[in-house]
Amino acid sequence: MAEITVNGEARRVEVEGDTPLLWVLRDTLGLTGTKYGCGVAQCGACTVLVDGVATRSCQVPVDSVAGRAVTTIEAIEADPIGARLVAAWVALDVPQCGYCQSGQLMAATALLKETPKPDEAAIAAAMTNLCRCGTYNAIAAGIRQASEAA
Amino acid sequence: MKAPLNLSPLNLSRRGALGLAGGLLLALGLPQRPARAQSMGGMQHARKVPAYLSIKPDGRITLQNPFAEGGQGIHTAVAQLVAEELDADLASFTVETAPAGADYQVLFNGTRRVTGGSFSIRNTTTHFRILGATARAMLLEAAAQRLSVPAASLSTEPGFVIHPGGRIPYGELAEAAAALPIPTDAQPKSGAAFRLIGKPEKRLDTRAKSTGQARYGIDMQVEGMLQAAILHAPRAGADPGAVLNEAALRAMPGVHSVHRLPGAVAVLADSFWRARKAVESAQVAWTAVGGQAVVPEDFSSSSMLETLRSQADAPGNPASDTQGDAPAILRVATKTITADYDAPYLAHAQLEPPSATVRFNADGTLDVWTPNQAPEQFRAIAAREASLAEDRIRIHTPLLGGFFGRHFTYGTIHPMNQAIRLARAASRPVKVIWTREEEFARDAYRPMGFARLRASLGADGRIEALHATIPGEGPVAKHFGTSRLGNPPLDTSAVEGVAFKPYAIPNRRIEWVHVPHPINVGFWRSVGHSMNDFFLEAFLDEVAEVAGQDPLAFRRAHLAHSPRHQALLDAVLDLAGGWRRGPFEAPDGTRRARGIAMASPFGTEVATIAEVSLRQGEVVVHDLFIAIDPGSIVNPAIIRAQVESAAAIGLSAACFEEMGFEDGRPIPRNFDAYRILSRAEMPKVHVRIVESGAPMGGVGEPGTPGVPPAVANAIAALTGRRIRSLPFAKERIGAA
Repeated sequence: MAEITVNGEARRVEVEGDTPLLWVLRDTLGLTGTKYGCGVAQCGACTVLVDGVATRSCQVPVDSVAGRAVTTIEAIEADPIGARLVAAWVALDVPQCGYCQSGQLMAATALLKETPKPDEAAIAAAMTNLCRCGTYNAIAAGIRQASEAA
Repeated sequence: MKAPLNLSPLNLSRRGALGLAGGLLLALGLPQRPARAQSMGGMQHARKVPAYLSIKPDGRITLQNPFAEGGQGIHTAVAQLVAEELDADLASFTVETAPAGADYQVLFNGTRRVTGGSFSIRNTTTHFRILGATARAMLLEAAAQRLSVPAASLSTEPGFVIHPGGRIPYGELAEAAAALPIPTDAQPKSGAAFRLIGKPEKRLDTRAKSTGQARYGIDMQVEGMLQAAILHAPRAGADPGAVLNEAALRAMPGVHSVHRLPGAVAVLADSFWRARKAVESAQVAWTAVGGQAVVPEDFSSSSMLETLRSQADAPGNPASDTQGDAPAILRVATKTITADYDAPYLAHAQLEPPSATVRFNADGTLDVWTPNQAPEQFRAIAAREASLAEDRIRIHTPLLGGFFGRHFTYGTIHPMNQAIRLARAASRPVKVIWTREEEFARDAYRPMGFARLRASLGADGRIEALHATIPGEGPVAKHFGTSRLGNPPLDTSAVEGVAFKPYAIPNRRIEWVHVPHPINVGFWRSVGHSMNDFFLEAFLDEVAEVAGQDPLAFRRAHLAHSPRHQALLDAVLDLAGGWRRGPFEAPDGTRRARGIAMASPFGTEVATIAEVSLRQGEVVVHDLFIAIDPGSIVNPAIIRAQVESAAAIGLSAACFEEMGFEDGRPIPRNFDAYRILSRAEMPKVHVRIVESGAPMGGVGEPGTPGVPPAVANAIAALTGRRIRSLPFAKERIGAA
């Protein structure tokens, strides 16, 4: 059993403490916007914010986030930075298949929280999530547009 | 290997009229001839408005799309065609992939459908326009009856019927319109004054995909379901003899049951993670009892490459574009150029791992949710697996988290078959998810490819003879067999891209030698073109060098007969600021060069220029300039996105990707060992769309094949070194 805070709400979940946060979000809490892609923290599809920091939830045991604030894609627009990013994603039609985009948006949100006006190097350093559709340039354009809208 | 795409239930006489093979086979296998591509659509379903469209009182329009949406923008593009003729707002559309059924067989003269082959738009543009025009006519007639005026006195604006006294929303007319007989004479607009077609309309699915609301197959949740994790045999084809620690697995938290399946062991549990933990602890004695061939223990990718090489001078079956007598010319030529090229097995590596959710219902029906590019074929397989009639099965096609050819049927080792068996055994709905490791172990891989290319030059400095031998096997021969591939048989999916090029070469012979793969192979974005255009276009640069000619001028000289290709080259040069092979110093101080390549895939023509430098022994691609001529277009924004996407996967394959095998087993099992293109390596991609007015070609795949050879040719210009074996990154390139 673990007690965690997800999108501002305290939740008790009946799972083993070593269960990855990803599967607690998806299977136990039904928050399927966070995606499984690799399970070994390589692809970034499962990225969520833990106390505002981009975190690959497939490698995070649920008991390690007790008492910390987990934010998922489902709450992204409650965050002003996240809302600006979503608006930019929509304006530029960033996604193709869309499967990686939850993780991309969470990583981008964490980036703009830390660095409101990132240069290319900062975007490249922060945005390491994989996209098999190759939307990398559109993602970077979305981040620039959101940062300029601030 | 079972046939992946069920050919049996279709109209045999129609297929006979098409030729020896099934329509799909022909269409996938033959070079795209415009007349056939255009006639493939068939219009017999185009006026079936109730099967496709429903308009709700609030004006929202639901469209059943025969095709699956996996990022290529097909839900938007199809809605765009319908909305144009229906005269409706594109944003009022909700698009779903249609269930299995006769009304949605919009390809191959109305006999079937797949989402693939870059077929969708080019073969259905007229179908969907007639559909929209027919629905509009019904709304007009409903308004005419309500107002007691002739329909001809009415007109429309997006979402409304307009009459002298005002306007009526479609939503208020839809119910009455649906009760009317369907007109058989409504025609699409004539002329080119389009409101939506040809415009960069916004995609319909972006917001859902940007807020976590988009639902993929892996996200399915069904009341009362169990979740299954799978462990496949180390070598494909083996079966589980016994699970030695079954009692211990059953005692693990949340575990419901342990099952032996064909080629795999499964654990059912109340959550996926618990199922996975248990199945990964399974101790399994694998045997070869199932009757399927087991991948030999001595199979490896290096041994397979040598097997292919050993057949490179064997007599093969010629492609249909053979002319003259290339072998005879080459035998007496004073100077010949010969080179061997190869490309590895690849994974599709779509980011969403495969899954299937199935539910047997009390009324004897079966619901299946699984990513797929071919609902009818999946239904046929589900029927056999579940011992049910096809009309008892509903196939639901969710959004695909990428596909690139992954979600055809490639045999019965599939989450759907597994889920059906497990749901029946447990009497509960079941969702099966393959982990990334299991997916990389049981993908239907892009085949390894090999070509031996031989050429000689004439006195005019042009190629006099080209003789290529391609030993191997494409997905067509693998999954359909060779008996219907002509006599002698030709697997066009093995030779396309070396064969069927537009260059004028008086003596040309491209041969295929059938060497089967002991592992499963499948269709991968741009299929044979994904490697064969690399082989041919890189070799072309080698021949140009021997001829002492510039690669661009050399190509132009062999395309003098084709204004379309000359115009395409003009377009890509304009986009790239002119031709400059280099090496040259860029403003940032890097030493760069450019390479060029052409491709003719899926009825579309493409010219690609790559600009590269080297950094620490690895190629850096700065810019890709791509001119694409699909004849005519529907949505230029989606085309640009697709070309950029297709270029990215082509570059990824060229630079990094390799699915290696040792001891009969796949080696990379996750993205840590199977490297794909990341943000750091993504070049700028510049796209120029050329509308030549030629019959419409595909757009989803054609951006891929030109990239590997354009980059290889640029590397050669920069370093003098010819890379004939992919991927580039397996060796250090140059000293820089």
